Amino acid sequence: MITNSMLVRVEDLKKHFPITSGILFSRRVGAIKAVDGVSFDIHQGETLGLVGESGCGKSTTGRAILQLYRPTSGRVFFEDLELTTLSDSELRLLRPKMQMIFQDSYAALNPRHSVGKIVGEPLVIHGVASGRQLKDRVAELFELVGLNPAWSDRFPHEFSGGQRQRVGIARALALNPSFIVCDEPVSALDVSIQAQVVNLLQDLQERLGVTYLFIAHDLSMVQHISSRVAVMYLGKIVELADRNELFDNSLHPYTQSLMSAVPVPNPKVERKRRRIILEGEVPSPANPPEGCVFSTRCPLVTEACSQATPEYREVRPGHFVTCHRVSSLRSQAPSLKSPVTCDL
Amino acid sequence: MSTILQVRNLVTRFDTIDGIVHAVNGVSFDLEEGETLAIVGESGSGKTVTVLSLLRLIPEPPGRIESGEAILYDKKTSEVSETSEVYGGAPPLRAGGAGGGGGRDLLKLPESEMRHIRGGRIGLIFQDPMTSLNPVLTIGEQIAESLVEHLGMSQDQARQSTIELLGRVGIPDPAKRYSNYPHQFSGGMRQRVMIAIAIACTPEILIADEPTTALDVTVQAQIIELVKHLRGELGMAVIWITHDLGVVAGLADRVQVMYGGMVVERALVDYLYEDPRHPYTIGLLGALPRLDKRDARRLVNIEGTPPELMTAPNHCQFAPRCAYAFDRCWQEIPPLLPVGVRHEAACFKSGNQEIRTTDP
Repeated sequence: MITNSMLVRVEDLKKHFPITSGILFSRRVGAIKAVDGVSFDIHQGETLGLVGESGCGKSTTGRAILQLYRPTSGRVFFEDLELTTLSDSELRLLRPKMQMIFQDSYAALNPRHSVGKIVGEPLVIHGVASGRQLKDRVAELFELVGLNPAWSDRFPHEFSGGQRQRVGIARALALNPSFIVCDEPVSALDVSIQAQVVNLLQDLQERLGVTYLFIAHDLSMVQHISSRVAVMYLGKIVELADRNELFDNSLHPYTQSLMSAVPVPNPKVERKRRRIILEGEVPSPANPPEGCVFSTRCPLVTEACSQATPEYREVRPGHFVTCHRVSSLRSQAPSLKSPVTCDL
Repeated sequence: MSTILQVRNLVTRFDTIDGIVHAVNGVSFDLEEGETLAIVGESGSGKTVTVLSLLRLIPEPPGRIESGEAILYDKKTSEVSETSEVYGGAPPLRAGGAGGGGGRDLLKLPESEMRHIRGGRIGLIFQDPMTSLNPVLTIGEQIAESLVEHLGMSQDQARQSTIELLGRVGIPDPAKRYSNYPHQFSGGMRQRVMIAIAIACTPEILIADEPTTALDVTVQAQIIELVKHLRGELGMAVIWITHDLGVVAGLADRVQVMYGGMVVERALVDYLYEDPRHPYTIGLLGALPRLDKRDARRLVNIEGTPPELMTAPNHCQFAPRCAYAFDRCWQEIPPLLPVGVRHEAACFKSGNQEIRTTDP
């Protein structure tokens, strides 16, 4: 069911959060469909980018894969194990192999612990190292992420945002994981610091062979770091493809408009670009539109789109898309073709 | 084109428990009628404090505008009637200055006159529309307030104009939305309301402080299109503050890059991106991942962190992070000097081929 090159497989994953009403006798009145049936594989050693706007369910997907949220339904495989069937104690034994890096490095680090203790904690909890060995490993990890080991007695507030993110990365690496979910790891950082952290993540992947699920809202950053990219909208993956394939031949109207909305730091290109400006904003995941979730904002919407839910299907090798109009899109609809790649 | 705003040698400091923070260290720039000037910089570069200072919105204490002037000139083309009535009191500082009429130093105006400038001649949009809007007043009341206050409209007139304004900034069903509260609007819609307030009195200058940073990219595109459209319609000058060199490329006429409370480079938008001369600008451009360049190159690493600004600058602020720094960079502050047509940079090596070989 899972081939050698595959590290993680997600099958029809759903995570619905209940909406309750009433104080004493709360009852369920609805559900936020944060993730509503996503399927994809993550290959060994690759970076899969997961991109989408706020509220599209990208972070929830990341957490549901690691079972930090127990999924409502669907299956998640890691190596040859089905995570969704494992108990918490069984999962705990697997935790060293799958780690997470968070967006808000300040909230993710205990302010009362020294950063040395924070980075060493996973080693202590899993009984991997103690005493001298622990100290050496922590120093090694500090060096690995470009921090001075002499700083291990300092506290998180003494560091800048970029340095704190390095501490978070060191902690994630402590147990030699094979898979790390990076949840918007650079979004809160300044541009020059973003580049430092992204370069670090890439170096570490090269040296340690670790696999990333890189979650971000910044399409250009995702394109830069990922080998394949999945685009999410309102709890669904609307398109998934190899990064070059996605950027040269995107098929879904949402991907195309998202790409056309990303500013490019080149005034000459910007002047010539045609933007697809989407009307309105993302609908509420508590009450998603009938049929295709994108139908309310899609510039190419037809009647069929609001009636039937489009299937997530492979239209070219390795290129998946969820759109009724894809076959017709490719032959006609020049209006949307390659909005970003014009003259680039 | 003539100058509408002239800022000279602005210095702003903050007194804190840990000492004095030197937030803005001698910033000078001109804004021309109808142009869009982007002020780009990372957090702590002084970009926001610069504009808040010239609007006198810095809380004092702890803030202190140490020195400088910010001359707002009367618009050459504007009808004198409306402005002279409101600002008729004080005599012009400089007759026949760079602008058409005389100008007034915003840093010396009495607070009562500043109130007419803010929201009247200078409109403002902030990053976070939720905290900038009053949660207990309806959207309509908040827009109408500025019309009544600045233009002396009656309540009825103000209501009509407000509904018109809401329509102009792209809010559907404006008559109904008039009596909605801010929490009933999404982030993008709130930012549209902020824009409606800012343009209510057809300002000559619109200052936008990171107006799209908190928004999703598709909504950001909507807001940028809206501002571009309004800018053309109203002929206002725009100061757009951002950390995103991408957003600026399609929007600005000129770009001013700030670092450590100083202007390090300023140029027409095309020159800045094609031929950046300051190592910081070059690094910043190289640090951006970009959709238009597909090669799997590494991002440029600008080592180190931005300055803490706890001491008055006595050398190039960027020297500690600069790969090209030499003795002189540590001894004096490089002045902002012309390096080309309408292109200035504050770097001793700005003409040097060595730093320009990096392809941004």
